[in-house]
Amino acid sequence: MSSSIRNRLLVIGLLIGGSIYFLFPRTVTLRVRGADGIMHDDTVTRVPLKRGLDLQGGMHLALELDQSKQVSADPKKDLDLALTVLRKRIDEFGVEEPVVQKAGDNRIVVELAGITDPARAKSIVQRSAFLEFRITDKTGALEKALPAMDRTLRGLGVKGDTGAGAGKPSAVEQLLGGDSAKPNAAKPGAPKAGAAPAGKSAKPAADSAAADTTPVPGGVLSGLIQAAGSAEGGGIPGEYAVPETAFPRVDSLLNIPQVARQLPRGLVLRWAAAPTSIGVQSFRYLYVLDDRPIVTGSNLEDANAQLDPLTNGSIVTFQLDRAGGRKFGEETGRHVGDFMAILLDGRVQGRPPVIQSRIGRNGQITLGNKSLQEAQDLALTLKAGALPIPLKIVEERQVGASLGSDSIRDGITAGIVGTAMVVLIMLVYYRMSGALAVAALALYLLFTLGGLSMINATLTLPGLAGIVLSVGIAVDANVLIFERIREELVHGKTVRLAVDEGFKHAMNAIVDSNVSTVLTALFLFQFGTGPVKGFAVTLIMGIIASMVTAIFVTRTFFMIWLQRRPAMSTLSI
Amino acid sequence: MLRLFANAQYDFISVRRWAYGITALFIIPGLIWLVVHGLNYSIEFTGGTLVQVQSKVPADVAALRAGLDRHGLHGAEIQGFGAPNEFVVRARVAKAGTDANDTQATADAVQQALTADLGAGNFTILRTEAVGPKVGGELRTKAFLAIFLSFFAVLAYLAYRFEWRFGLAAVIATAHDIVATIAFIGMLRLEVSLTVVAAVLSMVGYSLNDTIIIFDRVRENLRKHKKESFAQILNRSVNETLPRSVLTHGTTLSSLIALILFGGEVIRPFAWVMFFGVFTGTFSSIYIASPVLMEIEKRWPGELARGHLAPKPATQAAAGGERKTAPVG
Repeated sequence: MSSSIRNRLLVIGLLIGGSIYFLFPRTVTLRVRGADGIMHDDTVTRVPLKRGLDLQGGMHLALELDQSKQVSADPKKDLDLALTVLRKRIDEFGVEEPVVQKAGDNRIVVELAGITDPARAKSIVQRSAFLEFRITDKTGALEKALPAMDRTLRGLGVKGDTGAGAGKPSAVEQLLGGDSAKPNAAKPGAPKAGAAPAGKSAKPAADSAAADTTPVPGGVLSGLIQAAGSAEGGGIPGEYAVPETAFPRVDSLLNIPQVARQLPRGLVLRWAAAPTSIGVQSFRYLYVLDDRPIVTGSNLEDANAQLDPLTNGSIVTFQLDRAGGRKFGEETGRHVGDFMAILLDGRVQGRPPVIQSRIGRNGQITLGNKSLQEAQDLALTLKAGALPIPLKIVEERQVGASLGSDSIRDGITAGIVGTAMVVLIMLVYYRMSGALAVAALALYLLFTLGGLSMINATLTLPGLAGIVLSVGIAVDANVLIFERIREELVHGKTVRLAVDEGFKHAMNAIVDSNVSTVLTALFLFQFGTGPVKGFAVTLIMGIIASMVTAIFVTRTFFMIWLQRRPAMSTLSI
Repeated sequence: MLRLFANAQYDFISVRRWAYGITALFIIPGLIWLVVHGLNYSIEFTGGTLVQVQSKVPADVAALRAGLDRHGLHGAEIQGFGAPNEFVVRARVAKAGTDANDTQATADAVQQALTADLGAGNFTILRTEAVGPKVGGELRTKAFLAIFLSFFAVLAYLAYRFEWRFGLAAVIATAHDIVATIAFIGMLRLEVSLTVVAAVLSMVGYSLNDTIIIFDRVRENLRKHKKESFAQILNRSVNETLPRSVLTHGTTLSSLIALILFGGEVIRPFAWVMFFGVFTGTFSSIYIASPVLMEIEKRWPGELARGHLAPKPATQAAAGGERKTAPVG
């Protein structure tokens, strides 16, 4: 065997070895979150060829800052901050190889493979997780402001029934989405029940324009908002109850700027996160709070979910950092006997507890009857930090795992059938040379997959289709060469010369046609989304592998063949 | 040995006018159809929500549509998808009263409507795609850019490797392929998704491939057969590459048929577009690229082609005007 053939075989051997190495199943260590919610290392053995979200199931989200409620002063900085926060949260979420990256100037892309509960993943990504502690108001400011608010509303022409703001969904409800707002509260028709009596009696009081604090008989808001103490003994200062059915309406009324202005400066209104049942009726608490939080989640150091041993409800315990702890201690020391509301994303969690003494660094949030998993998710988001600005989902693609495995099965079936037909055509048409081409085709597939694995490419459904298609196209280079060899043979050249000439002359056409295909694939890669990018990558890798096999591998096969049979006068082609 | 179309001597070029007629018969009604009906863009490009559902109970389409309507999703489409118990819900318009770019509300509304209609636990959501109109617009721009830019990149490459005459002829043939494919997509009412755009671009690559192989042969034959006319050279080149074309198209079509039959519903539009692309690509390489090259060479003869442009007396006359247009390439 000549040295040139030996060198060629060595190169082919290296390529085969390399491809097998890159495709060989290997053990990888992953950090996953178990059913108990604790992160632990897990090892799996698998072929290191990544499957795209459309093949293994998963979720792709594109997020943008949602500035409809809160305008960002520095969107660029806020987006970067949101990116860091999301990274931390997703890492804790325990998904294999998650992708969290910036796309363009104003978008974050999150890709979670193999998740089974998309709604939960979405809530973790979208939850602002802004934690704050505020002291409730002791001055009865809302009671005093209610008459003025009602008068303002009447001035705006808001009768008891259909108000200006009633049509549009309330701000708070939109902000928190499916988190705590019950579906029935989202229906604009719901508030009517509570508001009707107020509307009936609105007229008689139309001319009363007395002093500020005189209650307006039949005022819209005063008919709906009552101090919590009157609904249930021992109310907390600054706590008011609103029938759950009237909650969206009251919320939108209170959000009218002219109405909101009636509340003294330094105070804000916040809703409870969930409704409370008192007797047979369901109420939603409304709190009047100091507008200055005594401490926020940015001072949080650690958070953990637990079950309360006494009530068996879920709780999240947290620990503040040193600075936060000092501030918390000072403030609570000053407010002993007052009530402190714990707010998450602008909603009061549980009923504000009374401050009995100076509180240090540790505290807890009571979540009542929510599941432990929800508590774990909350602890996770708290620990990762708050989003500076809420995020909205502008694009969502989600594929179930079953559909993904169906796609793989379909792709493999199509691949086997397609390859079998191509092999048959090549064998019938080119006989022995066809067999060489088929051997080259097998190597082509190996090189393509190995190459994809090497560059850590992701195999997507269009990519899979691309491989199936490329099997048909990959033989083109061989066909070009073989046809050329046949022509040279017809022209009366010897076998050896015909083979040499055939390879030489076919080269131009092969290179030119492949370069133009790579060019189009590059543009596809540049402008496509995930699955299409996967297609472009397989296409490019396939072309490279096809050129290597057709020009180099098949050539070597022919060289060996001709060397074994030096006297061959006819070629099986 | 088994040889198809060996030593074929078909006169392709002389029947080119018939071929123009055939392609016009396909493209013109196709384009008129397109103008009237428009392309069926997928929600990736228009923005909207698509939910693929597998249901345990048979879905009552009318009731489901009414349910979607109640949830503020007006004019949603419901379509069977592959298996008998699978269907897709397409809502191109966002839920009434919500920000269309916040895709969450619409996706949730579809889910609620399904739960109300089919009953919770009776269906599985296999796939969700929700794209805001802003993102859709961006994807549309990108798809357009990808087609447009790759077009010019290929033109530039061909101009570099061959000369501008060949490049121009190849690009005109490619433009024909794109138009014909769009007409085909329109007539089959295929949904234009990113995957279909990828298929169109692959088809462009494939068709160019075919054209290049013929042109490569033309270039070679122009040097080899000095006495033949340009039309003869073209015919010879097409005929010589015919066995290769038949075989390669055969293997490619086999792969595509396998994809159409077994590849699944999602990939089928891709396979159909490529399937059509193989035919239009072959057709255009022979009947568009080659005659157009001949016309270009007649008007602005290149160095290689000059000797092949009969008849002789005309060359004299042409030679006068030729000097002004200095030979390029």
